[in-house]
Amino acid sequence: MLHTSTKTPTGGFSFENTRRNAVLEANLSEKGYSAPNARKTGTTIAGLIFKDGVILGADTRATDDMVVADKNCMKIHYIAPKIYCCGAGVAADAEVTTQMMSSNVELHSLSTGRPPLVAMVTRQLKQMLFRYQGHIGSSLIVGGVDINGPQLYSVYPHGSYDKLPFLTMGSGAAAAISLFEDRYKPNMELEEGKQLVRDAITAGIFCDLGSGSNVDLCVITEKAVDYLRGYDQPVQKGLREGSYRYKPGTTAVLTKTVIPLTLDVVDESVQVMDTE
Amino acid sequence: MNEMSVNGEWRSSKVSTGTTIIAVRYDGGVVIGSDSRASMGEEYVSSRVINKVIQIHDKIFCCMAGSLADAQAVTNAVIHQLSFHSMQMDEPPLVQSAAAIMRSFCYTHRDELSAGFIVAGWDRKRGPQVFQVSLGGMIVEQEFTIGGSGSTYIYGYADAKFKPGMTREECLTFTTNALSLAMDRDNVSGGVVHLVIVTEKGAERQLIPGNKLPVLQRLA
Repeated sequence: MLHTSTKTPTGGFSFENTRRNAVLEANLSEKGYSAPNARKTGTTIAGLIFKDGVILGADTRATDDMVVADKNCMKIHYIAPKIYCCGAGVAADAEVTTQMMSSNVELHSLSTGRPPLVAMVTRQLKQMLFRYQGHIGSSLIVGGVDINGPQLYSVYPHGSYDKLPFLTMGSGAAAAISLFEDRYKPNMELEEGKQLVRDAITAGIFCDLGSGSNVDLCVITEKAVDYLRGYDQPVQKGLREGSYRYKPGTTAVLTKTVIPLTLDVVDESVQVMDTE
Repeated sequence: MNEMSVNGEWRSSKVSTGTTIIAVRYDGGVVIGSDSRASMGEEYVSSRVINKVIQIHDKIFCCMAGSLADAQAVTNAVIHQLSFHSMQMDEPPLVQSAAAIMRSFCYTHRDELSAGFIVAGWDRKRGPQVFQVSLGGMIVEQEFTIGGSGSTYIYGYADAKFKPGMTREECLTFTTNALSLAMDRDNVSGGVVHLVIVTEKGAERQLIPGNKLPVLQRLA
């Protein structure tokens, strides 16, 4: 009988290298270095349901520990024609999770022959995140319009979900939710809703270190989707007040000494590079 | 202010239901109640209106406590399995069947899950019943039961005030008072009170907003 020598991959995460990584990290920290961290999006994301649909909002800063890695990243991802998803947490996890969901939703929708439901997207997301027990660090706000009307769900990294008329997530969630708790009303008009989401994200941008740069909005209604990239830029780069250029000759030269360095050629060798 | 709130560790913690849940049996049915707060870490309330009393069949409900992700996943699996069981038996399921299915999930996956439940409802064979399905998969039938982190503050009240043979109105008062007291003292329980009354005729939901809860002690 013929046996294959390779083991079939079991899926999920492999934690084989954790002990080796721990030893390496200990060695590095002895010398004063630290191991690289996964890039997180910091982030303020928010969503609300208004009269005709859903408005999603996000900031555009991606951080690498305390350095801004990307000043203008896109955190509102496409899932289906009328369903979009904002992602917070580990940037790679949020990006890849939403891309996988988008392709799954397309296949599912082709096999059912119907446009996808927001509840279906949420269910697939939460089942996947629960299966990975929180090791996929992405928090998501899923919003869209389907046959049941406008809907908004939040999905947490460990796999729990919430269905609410307004939601915020990410490191700036506490700042943004304060705006929503104060000014949210059911059945708001479009402009009022856009202003409120913009204000909530701006609160996150100003009051949270992990969020910054611009406000992106995405308005989803029965009729159309309006992706407003760079809707607002609450923070302008400061202009320098004075000029720091000096005229040549500002610094007076007092003395000038020239010391020639006498060098002898000791060895000369030619190495031919094989360029074929 | 402790170190955890300075570092904002709530951002990376699991959502837990904090919680106070309670179920009481009376002659004609059961009264089930819960608070409505979901917390992350000890400082951030991720949802102030979450409903922890989930309908798992027409006349059977369950209350969730513990990790929200685990509780939601188990509840969805139980709803699915219970509806299938009910179709196979061609009759509405017994409350003890629902509790048994819930228990088998909690026990089989006891090392991975961190969620406890109260299963309560009405069936034709034994009438109103209340079961507690705890974290490791223990199942106990009781006249009344309390659960969740907030329950520790009301054991004394519940034991003193409960009497067998209460009427429906007395049960509602008992449940509402117990939940108010727990929500007052426990930082991870709060919000509104969700109540469900299950009888032979069906299930009736009630909601008591935070400002309409009974105030049992004036502090000033």
